[in-house]
Amino acid sequence: MGDPFGMSLTHAIASGMGGIRTAGDLVARMQLNYRMRLPEAKKYVADKLHVSTFDLSDSTVMRNLREELDIGLIEAVPGMAKGLAAKARIADLLDIRIDAVEILKAQLS
Amino acid sequence: MSKIWTRMGDGQAVEMTSDELRKDLIEASEDAADKGKVPLLDDNEIDKLMEIFSAPWRVIGVEPGHEVPLTKDETACTLVSSQLSSGAHLPISREAAVEIFERVFAFDTMELGWIDYSFKPAKPMVSLDQVSIERLLATTVFPILYGAMPNMGLYYTPDGPCTNPADLLGMMKVEEAREEEMKAAEMCMEDMIFVCKRMAEVGADGIDFDTTASAGDADFLATLKTVEELKKTTNLGIEVGMSGEFILGMHGEVEYKGKRLAGMFPHDQLKVVEEAGADIFGPVVNTKTNKSAAWNVARAVTFVKEVCKQATIPIHANVGMGVGGTPMFETPPVDALSRASVAMVEIAKVDGL
Repeated sequence: MGDPFGMSLTHAIASGMGGIRTAGDLVARMQLNYRMRLPEAKKYVADKLHVSTFDLSDSTVMRNLREELDIGLIEAVPGMAKGLAAKARIADLLDIRIDAVEILKAQLS
Repeated sequence: MSKIWTRMGDGQAVEMTSDELRKDLIEASEDAADKGKVPLLDDNEIDKLMEIFSAPWRVIGVEPGHEVPLTKDETACTLVSSQLSSGAHLPISREAAVEIFERVFAFDTMELGWIDYSFKPAKPMVSLDQVSIERLLATTVFPILYGAMPNMGLYYTPDGPCTNPADLLGMMKVEEAREEEMKAAEMCMEDMIFVCKRMAEVGADGIDFDTTASAGDADFLATLKTVEELKKTTNLGIEVGMSGEFILGMHGEVEYKGKRLAGMFPHDQLKVVEEAGADIFGPVVNTKTNKSAAWNVARAVTFVKEVCKQATIPIHANVGMGVGGTPMFETPPVDALSRASVAMVEIAKVDGL
């Protein structure tokens, strides 16, 4: 609770990883679905991306890397993977199961 | 002596001397240590808190490289709902609100919840929320959770079918009150399992049980048993966020795997949440409005640091209005919020917020 500016945005600026602006979504995924604590989750993602754990929250590093890997960008770029397509690429990249991707595959088969 | 400008637990501005600030930090840590039987903050940690609260800057942040992922309860509602959710009532869909959190606010995860954010009222609307989750899973990249409160109190009269234990206790009908609580817990659990399994069917990444145990120990039990069932039967990632620092013994004798739930502090709550199979735990430490923001942050950090020390799963501390050292005010001051946020990361060593 608390207004979005005072609460959510302040946390995002003070402490947040930066979501798909950086690699916050990827680290969060390893926590939520694989019970990894922060150092382990960051290391797992950094190793898969071949960057340092420090780079994961750096928007200048991650913006270009996300474009190169085509795993979803914060701004709308024509032709780049979005939504579920980006998720499917993330599942492959991180070698994890994402249920929404599996459901899509089942629907297409 | 120069004064340090800070806040009270209700958000009001206050000036303190350096000695007053340090005294507050030490007293708060002692209070948490005494109540929770957890270690005090050490001198270095008190010094770090002094540094955080003495910083002259309005907004502060963690050291680069120390950033943490964010999860958040009811957040789509903060854009589309009204004051009941600190909401701005934007004329947009909940789905659009979630996408705004991904691609405008750069959040790491987000959840969707029914406007009346409890499992009981969400249940009749579950097919609508399933479609909303499906749509979001197709259009977003970050993890999507479904969120709601167990809110077992809704199963008591006048809102639900069970006799209100508070009425029975007033008549000294203790056993009858306990029976009604267990009946309500069973109903609450059935509804939570029903809704969550529908979300698993459409591929949701996870569930956020928010404000767990608000109706006491039986409410907590219902949630733990629900988590256990979901982990056995689905791939859902599960976050259990609490409602308070202390489990109220509304029943008093409820146990989970031989552990009495009433009276548990955050580090004890963690253990049963882990046993149930949850993936992320969200401890709560309540704010005292008549104490300084520094006092509240030091107290919250003392509790949460011990949780993080004992945890085997990620800890996302609740640092929202009125909890986690944050002032109890509708528009929390960003100076106080950013300090609470940084203290949780840098001193308590949380895995997320």
